[in-house]
Amino acid sequence: MNGSAQTQNQQRPMPMEPQRGQRGYVAPPANIAASENEYVLEIEMPGVEKQGLEVTVEGNELTIIGRRKQDLPEGELLYSETPLSMDYRRTFELGLDVDTSKIRAEMDQGVLKLHLPRRENAKRRKIEVSG
Amino acid sequence: MNDKIERRRNRNAGALAPQEQAGFWSPFQQLSRLRNEIDRFFGSPLEGFLSPTSSSMYEGWAPSVDLYEDKDNFVVRAELPGMKKEDIEVTASGDTLTISGEKKREQEVKEGRDTYRAERYFGRFQRSMILPTAMDTGKIQAQYKDGLLTVTIPKAEEAKRKQIEVKVS
Repeated sequence: MNGSAQTQNQQRPMPMEPQRGQRGYVAPPANIAASENEYVLEIEMPGVEKQGLEVTVEGNELTIIGRRKQDLPEGELLYSETPLSMDYRRTFELGLDVDTSKIRAEMDQGVLKLHLPRRENAKRRKIEVSG
Repeated sequence: MNDKIERRRNRNAGALAPQEQAGFWSPFQQLSRLRNEIDRFFGSPLEGFLSPTSSSMYEGWAPSVDLYEDKDNFVVRAELPGMKKEDIEVTASGDTLTISGEKKREQEVKEGRDTYRAERYFGRFQRSMILPTAMDTGKIQAQYKDGLLTVTIPKAEEAKRKQIEVKVS
């Protein structure tokens, strides 16, 4: 950190470590349920509005980032239990049956709800046995 | 101040017992919430129920709160994601502010719906805080937005006056 030649040469990546001036991340709680047609993923991110959301799919990795709206109340913070200086991030490895081109998202009162449809050909089909 | 909150919470630790996240927010609590960076979407059904980060079946819960103070008001902000305004109740009596309510599941698990993860808390909760000075209970305002409940509590006139009268000799 002191900028010496030795430390500069090392430059190891530190994925979860916040860089100077950046905010760290906390993993928010999630529920996942499945029906025949889709998976439903719910993630709690209080303090995040629609504009603060970033949902990306890369390969079969789904990444959700929720950035907190910075509208803190007036005055001095006397006592705190919430991770105020953190944003939310969570990554899921999706199954191959998820149609990633048709993911739908809703945000309501700090809960993100993602609908992940299952591919047509991945749905369970009954095979008639003949003979 | 913090002592007061702590004592109050300990006193409540019996029947109501929503003390899951006791004390200050700490980096250690944070660590357990971070877990592995990538979660498998499909571990096995019910994995969520068994993981140590999800004990909602066995414990009560209480929202995390922050407390702010300026010259005229206290502001309590509580994390209550995914609720309906109508299901939140804020009451004040004496020097104690209480937030309570019920966080309902939006839909019961439907037939044919498998649960892969269940980390969210649902059910009734109650959280009480003793404020450092008397409040003007008639003028408390509460707003619910983006899953955050913000309660603005004006200080009582006599509490404000007391503050102003303090002189340094």
